[in-house]
Amino acid sequence: MTTFGKVSTEQVYEVLIQVKDPEIDSVSIIDLGMVEKVTTEGNNVKVVLLPTFLGCPALEIIKKNTMNAVNELPGVGEVLVEFVFHPPWTSDRITEKGHVGLRAFGIAPPPRHFEEDGSWHVDCAYCGSTYVTMDNIFGPTACRSILYCKSCKNVFEAMKPVSTLM
Amino acid sequence: MSVSQNDLTLENREAITSLLFQLADDDFMYAYRGSEWLGLAPHIEADIASSSISQDSMGHAAMFYTLLEDLGAGNANDLAHSRKAIDRRNCILTERVNGEGYYMETPHYDWAYAVVRSYLYTQAKKVKIDSLCGSSYKPLAEAAVKVRIELYYHRLHWEIWFKQLMSSTDIAKNKMNAALKLVMNDFGDVFSYGNQKLAIEMTKLIGTEEEMKANWTASIEPVFTTLQLELPKIPDSPEKNGRMGEHTKDLDEALTTLSEVYLLDPVAIW
Repeated sequence: MTTFGKVSTEQVYEVLIQVKDPEIDSVSIIDLGMVEKVTTEGNNVKVVLLPTFLGCPALEIIKKNTMNAVNELPGVGEVLVEFVFHPPWTSDRITEKGHVGLRAFGIAPPPRHFEEDGSWHVDCAYCGSTYVTMDNIFGPTACRSILYCKSCKNVFEAMKPVSTLM
Repeated sequence: MSVSQNDLTLENREAITSLLFQLADDDFMYAYRGSEWLGLAPHIEADIASSSISQDSMGHAAMFYTLLEDLGAGNANDLAHSRKAIDRRNCILTERVNGEGYYMETPHYDWAYAVVRSYLYTQAKKVKIDSLCGSSYKPLAEAAVKVRIELYYHRLHWEIWFKQLMSSTDIAKNKMNAALKLVMNDFGDVFSYGNQKLAIEMTKLIGTEEEMKANWTASIEPVFTTLQLELPKIPDSPEKNGRMGEHTKDLDEALTTLSEVYLLDPVAIW
């Protein structure tokens, strides 16, 4: 008979790297800054997640995928995954690795800064040109915007910056 | 002093529940009316934006219903789908149809009405959410911070449409002004807290009705001044008060459509 030691939070974080955004498979929920807290008690695991946008239909899928990933851990007991609203998810929670992953998918990462008037700027996700225009602040998902690059003439997307300062 | 869920008095609980139903039902109906524009908005970018905003707003409603569930008011899905019109607390403005016709048949919806309703409703929602960020009920204050972030983009979007159409051709201006009149006729219960007004205000769950009205008027003043429009006046007493369960037949019809699938099999997991 095999015996297992206690499940550690490090092990949990390790498997959470495998949980990707269902719509952007180059970015994990850790890279997106959605994992707020992981706690273990014996072999029971609790994962607290932050929703990016409240109406995002991918949230339930992410919750299920997180459950499944943690349940893969050898010897794991009860697994609880829950979403909380506080602290609010903001786009500056996305890690550098997350930014790289977004670019690899053809999505410009959210800018770190806002202009004084509340507007913001990103460079083209494909060619890096700064000559871009905003086509639509709203995009194919709640968290993305649609832009147009005047240099390479591609339509591209950007992850919307969201901040509590807005 | 802020309170969490566990140390509520019975009185507080009633006031919080009442306010949460108003907030949840408002966004639920607003999101539904917005979703009826899917595929019909004047151009594709407006369509994408409108559906995105509706999706966010439905998310806000879901979150308010979840806060109600946490307070023992019932299951969030049931609260959204199974309550009769008389138990709904949304304001009249959010339940009004988008225009003549039906979505599945020949919708002759009024985009000017959609723009004016959305702009003024979103502005009212912002005023309330700003106040709720300091709510004495902590779970609601935290939720408000989250909503506020998303609302930023909604408000920006509708303000641009409002300004553009109000300073466009004579036809556009006429339609917008006609829509403004319709919207303002229904504005009498937007800032009403219904029969829990005293308790809601006394326990500092949100600012007073009067404060909200004043903040709303101040928030739209710069835009109306720029457009050389007379500031709209909120009716003193509403013909029907949605916060008291008084509604139009538009709500009955909407609820029948909205709940059709859910009621086919309420225990199904979708």
